Amino acid sequence: MADFVVIAPALILLLASGVVLFVAISGPGTLRPVVLGALVIAGVFALAQGAGGQNAEAFGGAVRVDAFSVFFAVLIVAATIAVILGGSEWIESRAQRGEVYGLMLASAGAMLLLTQSNDLIMIFVALETTSIAQFILAGIARDARSSEAGLKYLLTGSVSAAVLLYGFAFLFGLSGSTSLQGIAAYVAAAPEGGRLALLFAFALVAAGFGFKMAIVPFHAWAPDVYQGAPTVVTSFLSVASKAAGFAIVLRVFYVGLGGGDSYIANDWAIMFGVLAALSMTFGNLAALMQTDVKRLLGYSSIAQAGNIAVGLAAVAAGSTNGASGVLFFLGTYAATNLGAFVCVMAVSQRIGSDQIRDYAGLARRSPWLAGILTLCLLSLTGIPPTAGFLAKIYIFNSAIQASGASEFTSNLGAQMVGAPPFVANLVDGVVERWLVLVVVVAVLNTAISAFYYLRWARTMILDEPPETSALRVPAGVQGVVAVAAFGVVLFGLAPTPLITAAQHAAAALH
Amino acid sequence: MDNPGVVGAFYLLSGVTVLSSLAVFAVRNLLHAVVFLVLAFVGMAGIFITLSADFLAVAQILIYAGAVSILLVFAVMLTPLADRNNANSLFVLPGVAVAGGFATIVALVAVATDWNVLAEEDLGYRSFATTIADIGQALLGPYVLAFEVASVLLLAALIGAIVLVREEERA
Repeated sequence: MADFVVIAPALILLLASGVVLFVAISGPGTLRPVVLGALVIAGVFALAQGAGGQNAEAFGGAVRVDAFSVFFAVLIVAATIAVILGGSEWIESRAQRGEVYGLMLASAGAMLLLTQSNDLIMIFVALETTSIAQFILAGIARDARSSEAGLKYLLTGSVSAAVLLYGFAFLFGLSGSTSLQGIAAYVAAAPEGGRLALLFAFALVAAGFGFKMAIVPFHAWAPDVYQGAPTVVTSFLSVASKAAGFAIVLRVFYVGLGGGDSYIANDWAIMFGVLAALSMTFGNLAALMQTDVKRLLGYSSIAQAGNIAVGLAAVAAGSTNGASGVLFFLGTYAATNLGAFVCVMAVSQRIGSDQIRDYAGLARRSPWLAGILTLCLLSLTGIPPTAGFLAKIYIFNSAIQASGASEFTSNLGAQMVGAPPFVANLVDGVVERWLVLVVVVAVLNTAISAFYYLRWARTMILDEPPETSALRVPAGVQGVVAVAAFGVVLFGLAPTPLITAAQHAAAALH
Repeated sequence: MDNPGVVGAFYLLSGVTVLSSLAVFAVRNLLHAVVFLVLAFVGMAGIFITLSADFLAVAQILIYAGAVSILLVFAVMLTPLADRNNANSLFVLPGVAVAGGFATIVALVAVATDWNVLAEEDLGYRSFATTIADIGQALLGPYVLAFEVASVLLLAALIGAIVLVREEERA
């Protein structure tokens, strides 16, 4: 019984998914209260787990509940509630609304299991369960765009699953254990004979998870799927799915590969540092050219994943704030991106277009939506006093702190025969502080991103609207965007509670 | 396991698997490619047997050589616009480069690593013992949650198959 208490939030969502599907086929009933009720109960249960300070394993160590899993459970449940409230106009208008609700609950339930997983097999099964539901959701609108999105997501997702599993097979072959603790014990012994295989395995695992997080070079699906999938599904992918992806990466790399203390920590720090720089640069440069808001947000999410990956590199380089930085960033990103996506959903449904130019003069047609969307764009750019600003400062700061703390020593300078000493020292200094370079790239990228985020805001505020009729938006949607905007401002002005929660959650990782 | 028959069978089956995998993309006719793929699957099952993984071998034959290959044949036959030609693709060179590079890396890693090798006496005890009971106990013991969640996965996939192909109701 105690085992089931550990996975109760996930279990509630999975059961509710079955109930919703059953009710949906037995006739036209009201589904939304059931769905929201289950989500609220699961969220309350997760909060209770957190308040009780539960820290336990269940099912033979396959899953565990700790402050880390609770943080993500609350984040994912809150995001799913916001997506369903903000998107209920679209969902309720669909013939397949039962399936949409059911699959969303199943996907969210599997995400909760994923963030609790402590064993390679459990991780894989939970990851695939949440992914399969998302493949279907991406294609559920059944028009050409949506079908293409679903198929592309399915194909890239399958390849990434195969890559991930191959990496897992290597980890198991080396350590003889599927549990993260068993792998950690193998890594802690620092076997030189296993080093190459371990590096290969964790590169494959990072590639497999990289698809989920949409970081370059595993990002190719993101713009097409973000654009083609129904906006409700896109917002779910960009917030909940991304958070779950980063959660499991943190757990696997922090617990399984021994965090910043492991003998291969420098290798994975460099890997994530390079991936972060590539993601930010590619995502932002590609976003500059976009005219479609969903595609723009797709590339923006690749760039933001790069920002978060800076935190992963900091974790590996031995920063004490890296993990909490990632968590804090994900929390603020959820509020910001949900606000933006719900606004886009509401506006696009009324103006019948996803083009940025059709957002012209939105400020005059719906000052409320335009104001909140602008606020969210400012936060995505990272302009004070919004949450996005603090999140970036926090994560970049952790990287700079780690670049000083790192014991990484360069011998590149010593190898440069004939070079004057000051050149050799300079080279060593730069190489040893390479994380600072990544942060410099990140800051330059923030400047690039300001261009396209603020251009969109300018179009909404300054350009002439094609027509002046006011956009009528239901109170529910207005409420959701108001809460998201409140979060963006609150986390920007009074971030302490969220930072404390993130630090508490990060401390539970071991 | 030092039995020369088993060692010989291992290398023979490995040869069959590798050659028929190469043939999959070398032959011109798609249906022939499927046949070679089945041969590769069967060779793989044989390798599993020489490694005393009897259950895996049976599963490999049932699922891959049986079900997956039938599915492939159906996909080839029922796709009306595609011809039966294993046509040239722009991606031949990148594909060969990626596959070759990957195979080289895997081979390097496999050779350079100190694998956890079973000691001689363990090997004697384990070789060619049936593994089904152990697998069953693992599935319903330490891995029971993953086993149960896999059923949620299958349910979601089933729903997806229905939702995505059902005729749209005219509203």
